[in-house]
Amino acid sequence: MAKASPTAVNTAEKSEVLVKITQVSKTFDTTWAVDDVSLEIKRGEIFALLGASGSGKSTLLRMLAGFERPSQGTILLDGDDITHVPPHKRAINMMFQSYALFPHMTIEQNIAFGLKQDNMPKDEITERVARMLKLVHMHQYARRKPDQLSGGQRQRVALARSLAKQPKLLLLDEPMGALDKKLRTEMQLEVVDILEKVGATCVMVTHDQEEAMTMAYRMAIMDLGKIVQIGTPRDIYESPNSRNTAEFIGSINIFEGRIVDDQESQITIQSPDLDTPIMVGHGVSTSIESKDLIYAIRPEKTMLTTGRPSQHCNWSEGIVDDIAYLGGHSIFYVKLNRTGKIVQCFLANTERRYDAPVWNDRVYVSWDEFAGVVLNS
Amino acid sequence: MRNFSFSRFMFWAGLTFLYLPMFILVIYSFNESRLVTVWAGWSTKWYGELFQDTQIMGAVKRSLEVAFLSATSAVFFGMLSSWAMVRIAKFRGKTLFGGMITAPLVMPDVIIGLSLLLLFVAFTQLTGWPRERGMLTIWIAHTTFGMAYATVVISSRLREMDASIEEAAMDLGAPPLKVFFAITLPLIAPAVASAWLLAFTLSLDDVVIASFVTGPGATTLPIEVLSSVRRGVSPKINVLASLIIFAVSMVTFTVWYVSRRLEKNRQKAMADDFLIE
Repeated sequence: MAKASPTAVNTAEKSEVLVKITQVSKTFDTTWAVDDVSLEIKRGEIFALLGASGSGKSTLLRMLAGFERPSQGTILLDGDDITHVPPHKRAINMMFQSYALFPHMTIEQNIAFGLKQDNMPKDEITERVARMLKLVHMHQYARRKPDQLSGGQRQRVALARSLAKQPKLLLLDEPMGALDKKLRTEMQLEVVDILEKVGATCVMVTHDQEEAMTMAYRMAIMDLGKIVQIGTPRDIYESPNSRNTAEFIGSINIFEGRIVDDQESQITIQSPDLDTPIMVGHGVSTSIESKDLIYAIRPEKTMLTTGRPSQHCNWSEGIVDDIAYLGGHSIFYVKLNRTGKIVQCFLANTERRYDAPVWNDRVYVSWDEFAGVVLNS
Repeated sequence: MRNFSFSRFMFWAGLTFLYLPMFILVIYSFNESRLVTVWAGWSTKWYGELFQDTQIMGAVKRSLEVAFLSATSAVFFGMLSSWAMVRIAKFRGKTLFGGMITAPLVMPDVIIGLSLLLLFVAFTQLTGWPRERGMLTIWIAHTTFGMAYATVVISSRLREMDASIEEAAMDLGAPPLKVFFAITLPLIAPAVASAWLLAFTLSLDDVVIASFVTGPGATTLPIEVLSSVRRGVSPKINVLASLIIFAVSMVTFTVWYVSRRLEKNRQKAMADDFLIE
């Protein structure tokens, strides 16, 4: 087939769906590890499954790899039904959390293993292995054995091995789980670089939200076997669709309240925790039966002042209960006067010295009318 | 010894305790006298006598044969049962199977021997097979208890092994049988080798069970030695024991030497990689 223009083909491919998971469930005995999950993964994207342990994210990944068979539902890869295809016949490769390098083989042999299974000619294997080793900057270590490498080096090898067969889909299981914090941030960006260089489509599983947000274009939050929300990291952080998601990603202040004034362009919420009503600068779809709502606001979107705000809404009075100085910013834990609820406020430390509030100071927490999210549940 | 310390003393005391008897045995194998306990000067005549003793040499050959065959089959079945116990997450009667497979470890030899004898006799009466007891029945008997030991050794290694290594191989396109031979077997090879050696030694060593299930013309070495000792210990037994010690040491040394050579070559190749850069 003749290609009209490379860029046009590229953009057409980008939007195409590579993996289509339809109503997949997996039961172990009586528990539902994965419960009716439907998901589409686009060609060339890095997609993260984020969730606490036991949320079913690993089971979903293992079903993509073929190590578990779905109890219900279908998985399509590039249009082909692979639901019941055994793992060794799938064009999907996985990088394991423990890396799972073959300890009795050298680095070279590890990377060549998958290629040998395809009966690739010898010189082609040698050439491909050398290219993969160059890609992950490990060409000097070709004849070492895995136990003679550091954690970060092993990870590079594992990545090279899983990319060597040029799989349609790459799976990463807790890719940075075994690395220490500093190496982790380094490797996150490096792995993304390598994946972009080879143009791999990738699904990763992680419980580390920072990792997911650094590496992934889109992510899905999983809880109790279900997908709670899918979106870009920004979508999910700024517009969580439930209290669970909001609390799972980052920290957030939650106020329970009820609508007292519901208009097209703004609503007013009364919360027992706060001195003044909450004014939200946009309309909200509310249910008729219940006027109860949750107002959620991120700590960095609040303001902390020692002077009383002049407006008649969106602030509350309290005293500083605790301060965590973290260098770049400080977290103030403010105890509200009304109910004693603790509210978190981030204050960026942009100046080296300034008169920040101290313990037991009287302070006012305030926010603007677009700062928070109104949630129904 | 330059400076005396308690741990150093215990080290030498322990070594002496373990190896002095064997050392004395080897020395006495060069004894001139026909009495084992009386020293009468150096000689190698008993070595010559041993090799001419067709009865003992026949027993040695039979014993090695039985030990080789039963160790091999014990390891084969031991691998199968270990795999079933470790890699299959759940099957009906797993607990029972696990208990039964290791029962011969705690069962007295006399009971194993007697029960196998009864089994063989019953089989012969019912089906006419085995026609008579002998090498075949000893082989079967040694396989049953060797398999129990092999299962313990191999399954503990298999349990330690990260199952995701096998999954990775499968993920990279290797069908199950290929995974076993290319990945699992090389990784459990040390355990398989020690299981084989253990089963081999136990078979070579066994006298109780073999006595029960043996038949005419199938006298193994331990049975032969025991009965010849009853007639009075001959220096030939010393010679035989010395030769066994020598053979075992040679095998151990060779294994150590070869593995060290391989490791050194690899270290050198690795160092070269960095010189080229």
